[in-house]
Amino acid sequence: MSNEARTQGDDPYVAVQSTPEFQDLRRKFRGFVFPMTAFFLVWYFVYVLLSIFAPGFMGTKVFGNITIGLLFGLGQFVTTFAITFIYARWANREFDPAADALGARLDGDKEH
Amino acid sequence: MAFTALPTALPALPAETTVAVGNPTLNIAIFAGFVLVTLAVIVRIARGKKTAGEFYTASGGFSGRQNGVAIAGDYLSAASFLGIAGAIALQGYDGFLYSIGFLVAWLVALLLVAELMRNTGRLTMADVLSYRLKQRPVRIATATSVLAVSFFYLLAQMAGAGGLVSLLLGVSGEAAQNLVIAVVGVVMIAYVLIGGMRGTTWVQIIKAVLLIAATAIMTVWVLGKYGLNLSSLFQGAIDKNPAVGEKLLEPGVKYGKNLTTKIDFISLSLALVLGTAGLPHVLQRFYTVPTSKQARKSVEWAIWLIGGFYLLTLVVGYGAGALVGPEEINAAPGKANSAAPLLAFELGGSTFLGIISGIAFATILAVVAGLTITASATFAHDIYREVFKRGEQVAEEKEVRVARIAAIVIGVVAILGGMLAKSQNVAFLVALAFAVAASANLPTILYSLFWKRFNTRGALWSIYGGLISTIVLIIFSPVVSGKAPLTEGGPSPSMITDPNVDFSLFPLDNPGLVTIPLAFFLGWLGTVTSKEFNPQKYAEMEVRSLTGHGVAKALDH
Repeated sequence: MSNEARTQGDDPYVAVQSTPEFQDLRRKFRGFVFPMTAFFLVWYFVYVLLSIFAPGFMGTKVFGNITIGLLFGLGQFVTTFAITFIYARWANREFDPAADALGARLDGDKEH
Repeated sequence: MAFTALPTALPALPAETTVAVGNPTLNIAIFAGFVLVTLAVIVRIARGKKTAGEFYTASGGFSGRQNGVAIAGDYLSAASFLGIAGAIALQGYDGFLYSIGFLVAWLVALLLVAELMRNTGRLTMADVLSYRLKQRPVRIATATSVLAVSFFYLLAQMAGAGGLVSLLLGVSGEAAQNLVIAVVGVVMIAYVLIGGMRGTTWVQIIKAVLLIAATAIMTVWVLGKYGLNLSSLFQGAIDKNPAVGEKLLEPGVKYGKNLTTKIDFISLSLALVLGTAGLPHVLQRFYTVPTSKQARKSVEWAIWLIGGFYLLTLVVGYGAGALVGPEEINAAPGKANSAAPLLAFELGGSTFLGIISGIAFATILAVVAGLTITASATFAHDIYREVFKRGEQVAEEKEVRVARIAAIVIGVVAILGGMLAKSQNVAFLVALAFAVAASANLPTILYSLFWKRFNTRGALWSIYGGLISTIVLIIFSPVVSGKAPLTEGGPSPSMITDPNVDFSLFPLDNPGLVTIPLAFFLGWLGTVTSKEFNPQKYAEMEVRSLTGHGVAKALDH
């Protein structure tokens, strides 16, 4: 791996970092992962707080011995799986092509 | 202990009345079979001389799917299999609640950490944290916290081995338990030395497949007994546990007792959800794949497998509650940890018990090996080079030799620690490891990946502040001393069992609620009070982290 081998002088990374394309890429990435993170954290802690402070509500039976708490808990699994799926699809389709293009440009710059 | 049963649920049975379940010889034979097969695999795939990259990360040679299975193997430790199943069996919903934190946590790794780590690091976690900061102090700080987390996690696994063995081999004597812990430790060291990361990963993959398959079989079996009806399974668990009854289905059996236990659970949840992405042996796994795309794929696979596994655990846990019952579980030598093995015995007799317990042993073995690789890589790559060699070039052969010696030392420490910690609940010890990881590691990881201004002072304050505050609060928590005895005149369930010793000044078992915000705050404070900033390194790190430049190039061409 060539992690250590890099040019130091006319810094190509600083140049790339200041391009609008890179700024876009960063905005795109953060614009996706930050709201998603906020969503799942809020939803998780709402669930935890309900479990802790409203056990009676969570213990309400919906049908048979299946309680609201169980359904909410299973809901956490569903959202986790869904976010995983949605993120992977977004990253493969939207993010990777843009990131790869920039990476390739960096190679082009360096290899003259 | 985190998951001690309700005191009202059981009469205190003297330990001598317990008898081993199943056939100890069979259990040992199955375990020995696993060890032999996996050792054979490791010897076959071991490749001549090991470079540092090969020893620590298998040269990034695994595919995302393989690595995802291995991550599941690493993560589905004895704590998940034995601890959570036992917690659900005894406390019902609260155990389930616990497993959800372990799963949701993976989204932090997926969205914020895995890919960026892969793109900016190569051999250890400190590669990323020290990327644009001062190498020496940051590497030493990171390595210290990595070793601390690994130590807690190792203790948990070894304690699990000790508890399990008394149940499965019919040995309750100290010496025999210690012997088994030693055997586990020695086999683990052999895995690490012969196989390095490549061999260890394959052991994880084999183990993960066996564990998930066996748990799936148990799940179907249990559900079959209840006409594939979850509701009747719950009824069975309620009927078998009259002391708790309907409360098994709602939260609060364990954590709802009073305000302190409630806040304690919030604290635990925070540590679980933020700790996973700071666990060094999990982060190390992102280096065993070639690119950030494969790292993403690894986490995708891991989430599907881990989530699926916890759903199975829900059934296995309630199944143990319904078919074995709390009295028998509490009377068994491993208490809550023995719920799953006892259920296996109830379902399939001694043969199935032998298979399940063989897998449980294998689980412990594989997780311990993964932890040891990570800790030894950290020691050789970060501490040895920076502290003992003061940053001068170290020949790679020398570094790998140091890592091997470190692996042996860590193995011995794990054996000794496991002997001392064998009566602790494994899920609880793992929770402590998560608290340290969430406090000392994660804030610095996130800051260095996402905050432009972040600098060396911020990193050091955050890492040391998080690490020290967590350990200090644990020492002064009820975990270590001062819990009221379960029975009048009995021993305290704290680590120090003498009920007269009490220095628990901090009320919570889990310090995360205090220490995680503190570590974030210290990281901010340290940063804004220091002027250090390196625009070139920052540009390099950020561009690489998002584009994968430098990592992908080396492998694509």
